[in-house]
Amino acid sequence: MATETGTAQEVVHQAAALADHLPMLVVLVPFVAAPLVVVLGSRGLAWWLAFVASVVSTVIAAALLARVFDGSVISYAIGGWAPPLGIEYRIDAANAFVLLLVAGISTVILPYAKVSVAAEVPKKNHTLFYAAYLLCFTGLLGVTATGDAFNVFVFLEISSLSTYVLVAQGSYRDKRAFTAAYDYLIMGTIGATFFVIGIGFLYMATGTLNMADIADRIAEQGSNRTVRAAFAFIVVGMGLKAAVYPLHLWLPGAYTRAPSAITAFLAGTATKVAIYVLLRFFFSVFQPGFTFTVNTLEIIVIPLAILAMFAASFIAIFQNDFKRMLAYSSIAQIGYILLGVGLLTATGLTAGIAHLFNHGITKATLFMGVGAIVLRVGGSWYDRIDGLGRTMPWTSAAIVLGGLSLIGVPGTAGFISKWLLVQAALEKGWWPIALLVVASSLLAVVYVWRVVEALYLRVPQGRAAEATDPPLMMLIPLGLAALACIWFGFDTRVTIGASQMAAEGLLAGSAGMLDSVGASSALPLGAGH
Amino acid sequence: MMHHHLILRVVTKLLVGTIILFALYVQFHGDFSPGGGFQAGVIMAVAFILYGIVFRLEKVQRVLPPWVVHKLMALGVLIYAGTGILSFFLGYNYLDYGAFSPDHPSHGQHWGILAVEFGVGVTVTGVMISIYYAFAARTPLIDDEAW
Repeated sequence: MATETGTAQEVVHQAAALADHLPMLVVLVPFVAAPLVVVLGSRGLAWWLAFVASVVSTVIAAALLARVFDGSVISYAIGGWAPPLGIEYRIDAANAFVLLLVAGISTVILPYAKVSVAAEVPKKNHTLFYAAYLLCFTGLLGVTATGDAFNVFVFLEISSLSTYVLVAQGSYRDKRAFTAAYDYLIMGTIGATFFVIGIGFLYMATGTLNMADIADRIAEQGSNRTVRAAFAFIVVGMGLKAAVYPLHLWLPGAYTRAPSAITAFLAGTATKVAIYVLLRFFFSVFQPGFTFTVNTLEIIVIPLAILAMFAASFIAIFQNDFKRMLAYSSIAQIGYILLGVGLLTATGLTAGIAHLFNHGITKATLFMGVGAIVLRVGGSWYDRIDGLGRTMPWTSAAIVLGGLSLIGVPGTAGFISKWLLVQAALEKGWWPIALLVVASSLLAVVYVWRVVEALYLRVPQGRAAEATDPPLMMLIPLGLAALACIWFGFDTRVTIGASQMAAEGLLAGSAGMLDSVGASSALPLGAGH
Repeated sequence: MMHHHLILRVVTKLLVGTIILFALYVQFHGDFSPGGGFQAGVIMAVAFILYGIVFRLEKVQRVLPPWVVHKLMALGVLIYAGTGILSFFLGYNYLDYGAFSPDHPSHGQHWGILAVEFGVGVTVTGVMISIYYAFAARTPLIDDEAW
C-alpha cells in the first residue's frame, strides 16, 4: 500500500464531537469486539462482549435514527479522506431504520442464544462461535451503513463467510447442516461474485465507487450497455442473497439446519439487509426515473414477487417440519416486500420497507419459538410438537402471536404493512394485485393453522408430555419479540414514520455528494456537484 | 526419526531465517516500494510452512502452537482497528493518520500506514499458517515411512 499523501489540503483534519462519530461507531464496536473475543479466549467473557457490543450498537442505531428522522443525511469520511476519494459512511432514514432492526434483533436474540447455543453447540466452540456471530453482525451493519459500493461488497463477504460457519455449527444436532452450509456457500459466493462484477462494470463506466457519485455520473452520461449490464449483475447477485423467488434454493436448508438462535437472527436480518442493498441500488444509484429500473421492477420483480407469495406459501403448507415451513414462508414474505417496492409509489415503497421491519421481528419471534421447542423436545417435526400448547403454554402463546402477525391479522405488525400494501395496489388501480395479496394471506392462514392445530388440538406424547417452558433467559426474549409483534401493530409512529421518510428519500433519488464530518472542503478532483 | 531428504533439511534450515528476514523487509519497506502487510504475511507464513513440510507438523507446532496462531489472527485485526481508535481518541476521524503528527500530517500518514500494515501482516501470517495447520493436521493417507 504505497500511499503518497499528496498536498496537505487534500486531507482535512478536524476534531469532532463523539456524536459525529456515531455512523462509524455503530459498525466499529462489534467489529472490535470480535477479535477481542478471540484474543481473550474466555468462554464466559465471549457472550458478555457480544451482548455489550450489541446493546451499544442498538443504542447508537436508535440515536442515528432519531437524528435522521427528519430526512437529513449524515456523512462520515473514514480516515478523513473526503468522499468520493475516500470511503464514506452515509446514514439516512432508510439505512438507519435497517441498522436499528439488525441491532435490535441481535440484542433481543443474544440472551436467548446463550441458553440455546449452550444446548446445541459443543462448549469448546463457544468462543469462536460468538466471534463469528459478532463478525456476521458487523458485516450486516457495515453493508447497511456504508455509502461506498465496494465497501458494501467487503462487508457482505464478512457477514456471508461468518454466516456459513455459523450455519455449519448446526451439524452437532443434524449432520445435514454441512450440506446446507455448503449449498449456501456456493450460492452466496455466486451472488457476491455477480455483485462485485456489477460494481466492476459501474467503476468502468463511472470511474468512482462512491454510490452518490456513481449516481451523479450516471445521471450525467445516461444509460449505456455497461451500466445496464452492471445493473443486471447487481440485481441478480443481491437477489441471490435476498432469496428472491427463483434464487431462493439455499434458504430452506440453511434456515432449517442452522442452530436455532442463528436461524432467528438470520431470518430477521440477513435477507432484509440484502433487500435494503437492492433498494439502495434501485433508487439511489440507478435513479428511479431510469427506464431500465422501471422496466425491471414492473416486468421482472412484480411477477417474481407474486410467484413467491403463492409458490413458496404452497410449499410451506406441505412441509412436515415446523422450522422448514417457516423458512418457505420467509421466501413468500420476501415476495410481499418486493411487491411493495415494485409498485414504485411512495405508499408501495413505505409498505415494502415497513414489511421488511415487521416481518423481521415476526420471523425472529417464530424461529425463537422453534428454538425453545427444539431445546425441550429435540426437534421441530409436526408429530413432535403435538400438544405442546398444554405443556409449554408460554412458548406456544408466543408462537401463536407470531403466527397471527405472519398472517396479517388486524392488531399485529404484519397487518399494518400488508394493509399498506393493499392500499398501495388500490391507489395504483391494480386491484387484482390487492386481491392476490389477500388470497396469498389465506395460504398463510392454512400453514399457521397446521401449527396451531398441532400445538393445541392434539395430545402430547413422548418427550412433548414432559416438556416445560424453556428457562427465563430464553422465554423473556421470546416474549418481548412476541409483544413487539403486537406493539408495532398499534404503535406505528416509528415503523410507518421511518418507512415513509425512507421511501421519500429513496424515491427522490440520489442526494448527490455531501460535505462530510471532518472533510468539509471539496477535493480538487472531487466530483462534488 | 526420518533420516532421508538430507539436502532438503539442510537447505530448509538455511532458508528459513532468510525468508523471515525478507518478510520483515517487505513488511517495513511496503510504504515505499511494492509490498506491504499482505505479501509480507504470506512470506512470513511460508517460512513456517516450509519448516513444517520438511520437519513434520509437530516440530513447527512446537515453535508456533495452533492456539498462538489463532491469537495472531485476531491480534492483527486489533492492531489495525486499534490504530483507528487511537486516531479517534486523538480527536480525528477513524483511521485518520494525520492524528499521529498534527504538525506534519504526511509523517502521521507514514506512521499510521506502518501500524496498520503491521496488523495486516500479523493477521495474514496467522491465517496462512492456520490454513496449513488445518490441512496438515488431517490424518495422512500414506504415512512418511511408506515412501
